Amino acid sequence: MSARLQIENLGKSYAAPHGRVCALEAVSLAVQAGEFVAVRGPSGCGKTTLLLAAGALLQPTHGRVLVNGQDLYALAPERRARFRAAHIGFVFQQFHLVPYLDVLDNILSPALALKTSDPVRSRAAELACRFGLQDRLRHVPAALSTGERQRVALARALLNRPRLLLADEPTGNLDAHNGELVLRCLAEFARDGGSVLLVTHEARAEKSATRVVQMEAGRIQ
Amino acid sequence: MKLSHLIRREILHRKLGFALATVSAAVAVAGLVAARAMLQKHDARTEQIITAREAQTRAQMARMEDDYRKMMLKMGFNVLILPKDQNLGDLYAEDYASKYMPEEYATRLARSRVVTINHILPSLQQKIQWPEYARTVLLMGVRGEVYVQNARQQPLLAPVAAGTMVLGHELAKNLKLEAGQQTKLMGREFTVARINPERGNKDDITVWINLAEAQSLLDKPGLINGILALDCTCDTLDRLARIRPEIARILPDTQIVEYASQALARAEARQRAATEAQASLQREKEGRTRLRQEREALAAVLVPVITAGSGVWLGLLALANVRERRDEIGILRALGLRSRQILLIFLGKAVVIGLAGAGLGYALGRGLGMWWRETPDAAAPTLGFWDVHLLALVLVAAPLLAALASWLPALIAAQQDPADVLREA
Repeated sequence: MSARLQIENLGKSYAAPHGRVCALEAVSLAVQAGEFVAVRGPSGCGKTTLLLAAGALLQPTHGRVLVNGQDLYALAPERRARFRAAHIGFVFQQFHLVPYLDVLDNILSPALALKTSDPVRSRAAELACRFGLQDRLRHVPAALSTGERQRVALARALLNRPRLLLADEPTGNLDAHNGELVLRCLAEFARDGGSVLLVTHEARAEKSATRVVQMEAGRIQ
Repeated sequence: MKLSHLIRREILHRKLGFALATVSAAVAVAGLVAARAMLQKHDARTEQIITAREAQTRAQMARMEDDYRKMMLKMGFNVLILPKDQNLGDLYAEDYASKYMPEEYATRLARSRVVTINHILPSLQQKIQWPEYARTVLLMGVRGEVYVQNARQQPLLAPVAAGTMVLGHELAKNLKLEAGQQTKLMGREFTVARINPERGNKDDITVWINLAEAQSLLDKPGLINGILALDCTCDTLDRLARIRPEIARILPDTQIVEYASQALARAEARQRAATEAQASLQREKEGRTRLRQEREALAAVLVPVITAGSGVWLGLLALANVRERRDEIGILRALGLRSRQILLIFLGKAVVIGLAGAGLGYALGRGLGMWWRETPDAAAPTLGFWDVHLLALVLVAAPLLAALASWLPALIAAQQDPADVLREA
């Protein structure tokens, strides 16, 4: 059986004023269905680059990324975007909520990318309830606490029923309680058959993960 | 959720930016609408002026026509038809023609329905010695006019009934004759029917009697020596050139002379005045056309400059909007929105700005055009608020302009790499 996320010999380098910088070097990693993998490493070790490349957002210099067996970078940009919307959910440290949309609309925003027959509005409301946001549906992000914002981001990531969640320091801006809440959600998602790839430099994420991978200077240790 | 919802929410969130962009589009539209409204008002004013001038000229011409007609009536006949062999030198020396032609010529002329003359009056005229008073007079036998062009015209000379005479002012005064008195002429009894008012010419020593009696007294039965007529007040100055061929065709053995040069001079003056009035009207029209061209030229410079300025401003505002929404674009791309959808978000907003600007600009421009007056004249033409074609034009053009101005910023947004934004965050 193929992995939900298969990263093969992935490399990424950038041009910099003092020569090329190698952000990723021959990274290979597989995340199976039901697996919650935490990638740990210090700042600047290439964790975010790995996550963006895994999320079909950053063309690698070499190597392949397969999600559900599909080579992401073999797809044309428009089809890749559609694939990303259908199969991958993102959670970021900075939440990246649309500032002028209320909670419900923010949760609904991934629906813009897909034409689906799903009753997305009721699903969005259901997700909001699941994350304790039912009383905040008409609030804009500026009126929410940081914990609420991250829960909105989580609900948004789950709207299109992805099977792979990519989380970039999702607890980095949260207090202990909210951080635990988010990690518990991610673990639940994995237990329900989803796959999670979380990058962090925090130790607390390790407790929720099924596997922890250490990263140093663009390489998986 | 649809993209239109996203656009609407964003507009409501960034009201100032939207208002600035709308005002910019409105300025461009207002410039165009106001320029067109002003030209429309110019055209309406021109029509008003020209119509008034034309009416004034027509009234002036009608007045002149009437004056001329009255003047000609006052002066009497101004065309004299004579036998062809009449020596004009003799005529001028003797004041009457010495050659004769059949009285029937007048009837023939009238029946032919000539158009260049009317008021045809056959006459027999001769200078005689009034034996009863030993006085030289002009005897004129007339029978009334045989032709006038329409029933409304009054005859210039009323017929003289048989047995009556009409006397010139000077003659009656000298002979101490008054209307109603009986007198004798060449042994025949006449009643003085009327004394003519003083005219200052040979009419003052003329005796008018019935034509048949004159023919009898002068022993010229069935003959006349002149047909007096009034010309047709033709527009051309050289009226004789028109009258002569027509009369020659009907009465080949006659000749035509014009007298009363005063009438001719006045006709010429009238013609000159008419020509001048027409020329003045034409100058007015040309002046208005020139003014319109100048205004058109000004609008042809101003409108594109304003439109280009507004376009640049719209483009800069759109660029600022793209920069401000960098994070949002990044996350929307990460969520799976395609470049085309990002492009649509920005172009859709531009279309909304264009539509709002079109509505606002139309109202502003039209209002300005309605308020503007060429002169502080109360009778200046008014302009309606609705110009459906213009409104339709700006409702299409303004969104196009806004979309065109936002095209590059929208393209920048659509091509933005989401990874850059997410990595920087």
